[in-house]
Amino acid sequence: MSAPDTNTAEVHAPVYVYELPVRLWHWVTAPCIIILAATGYLIGNPAWPLIAGEPFHHYIMGDIRFIHFTAAYILGIGFLLRVYWALVGNRYAREIFILAVWRKSWWHELFQTLRWYGFQKSEPMREVGHNPVAQLAIFAVFVLGVIFQLVTGFALYGEGAGGWAHTLFTSWVIPLLGGSMEVHTWHHLAMWYILLFVIAHIYLVIREDVMSRQTMVSTMISGWRYFKDGKSS
Amino acid sequence: MEGEIISVADKPQTFYELMRAQGTSRRSFLKFCSLTAAALGLEPVYADKIAHAMETKPRLPVLWLHGLECTCCSESFIRSGNPLSSDVILKMISLDYDDTLMTAAGHDAEAILDEIPNKYPGEYILAVEGNPPLNEDGMYCIIGGKPFVERLKSVAANAKAVIAWGACASWGCVQAAKPNPTQAVPIDKVITDKPIIKVPGCPPIAEVMTGVISYILTFDRLPELDSRGRPAMFYGQRIHDKCYRRPHFDAGEFVQSWDDEGARKGYCLYKMGCKGPTTYNACSTVRWNGGVSFPIQSGHGCIGCSEENFWDNGPFYSRLANIGAGFGIEATADQIGGTAAAAALAGVAAHAGASAVKHFTRKPGEGDKQ
Repeated sequence: MSAPDTNTAEVHAPVYVYELPVRLWHWVTAPCIIILAATGYLIGNPAWPLIAGEPFHHYIMGDIRFIHFTAAYILGIGFLLRVYWALVGNRYAREIFILAVWRKSWWHELFQTLRWYGFQKSEPMREVGHNPVAQLAIFAVFVLGVIFQLVTGFALYGEGAGGWAHTLFTSWVIPLLGGSMEVHTWHHLAMWYILLFVIAHIYLVIREDVMSRQTMVSTMISGWRYFKDGKSS
Repeated sequence: MEGEIISVADKPQTFYELMRAQGTSRRSFLKFCSLTAAALGLEPVYADKIAHAMETKPRLPVLWLHGLECTCCSESFIRSGNPLSSDVILKMISLDYDDTLMTAAGHDAEAILDEIPNKYPGEYILAVEGNPPLNEDGMYCIIGGKPFVERLKSVAANAKAVIAWGACASWGCVQAAKPNPTQAVPIDKVITDKPIIKVPGCPPIAEVMTGVISYILTFDRLPELDSRGRPAMFYGQRIHDKCYRRPHFDAGEFVQSWDDEGARKGYCLYKMGCKGPTTYNACSTVRWNGGVSFPIQSGHGCIGCSEENFWDNGPFYSRLANIGAGFGIEATADQIGGTAAAAALAGVAAHAGASAVKHFTRKPGEGDKQ
């Protein structure tokens, strides 16, 4: 698909893909998810042995829940800012929210990338932004998963805290899913859904950093994507 | 009950007239009004309003139907300490029909179900204990020769409002648990055009039941309901929110087994499967049997009996609910998620191995030809 007037130098030139707000959001969200998963798991299954003594000497469950709620607030506010940045940022900032499924080339690239991951294709694609498989996984698992967790999580938070969380979420989420226990169970299952994404994401980013034709890990740090070869397609 | 049936035919008496006729002194009447106001958590001035209402308003006709149920709601109701259930039945409402109590009256009792809706259209309360099964045209619950669902619909048609007693009428309860062979449904699936007050619980707390009736009589309106149709004053908070063992929860002091030091010292029962954190009810404030105790106080976790699908959200003795995964296999969210995560990690390891082989054995120039 090389355009006839593109010379090697232009193709080789690095592209500024992830703007500073996107990078900041990525590196704030990543630890939030780990903290939320760890504290959330402990809230569902407080695995420590018997603690004895007067309750005013300890505040373990309270601290764990406080960390969980604080991380959830940071994740939620960060996610809202990220959605805002999708509106005002560069074209790559929109890739994880709007998939170009109406384009034939998107489907072609999706298929080719799946072939690459399935060892059926010897040479990877040249990608400036996210490849279609990454877009699909980020949207279906990460974006939808995080929205689901924020909605169900703040619904559960509003049960005890009341206020805006109760008005905005608890009032309709709990009846919709059948009851508080169902919301807890779904919230718990969705944690594992997001952790599956984390596993695949970290693995594939490292794999692509080694085997693909462009930088991956350093791009999320510096924002710039460098290409290892001069070919345009 | 005979006296009650006759009173329906006469000019309706006010509550006060009836109480005086039964020998209650004015002093006792006023004490009753004060106690009712206190039980409802109202300001002292409301005692006068209750007295005024009872002196001027005719008694409220109530028809109490029983569908698929175990009568534990009635058993709970008769144990109300404040107001006494006898006061409610004999002095506050006119309980004109209750098939469990009137079985011996036969067709005479059944006739009341036709009489009251015609005589007091839009003025009587329909109280439903239990629920209708819809399978096989409702034949799994036949009362007086007719399917319960038909009787429920016809009596509800002229009612002022409907009270759904207990988990059966409110959510479906055990007969609606999976696989629900009789297709039992909560009454709001059958009665769709009347206000329904859900008073869930298996059974509901006695004082909550009589409190709801007292509220309707006193203020001539239905209590404020939450988004699920329950009186907010009794179901506005979780048992967990007002549990006296809550400090142990926040401290992380959990009972680990039924006979450990934590169990003896009354620590939080969260890890033993207590459903208090997911159950909306007044047990931890109103308590049971006149405020004597409630399940958590006696050392057993809450089973969540006032919640929808509580039979399907078991087991009662584990924190995480089982998820029906098909083929009769049940697992918790952690078992399902942990298995999926382990499978993903194994997949990643296999794929990484294959990738490494591919990467280091490729022919020179392949893949990244310059």
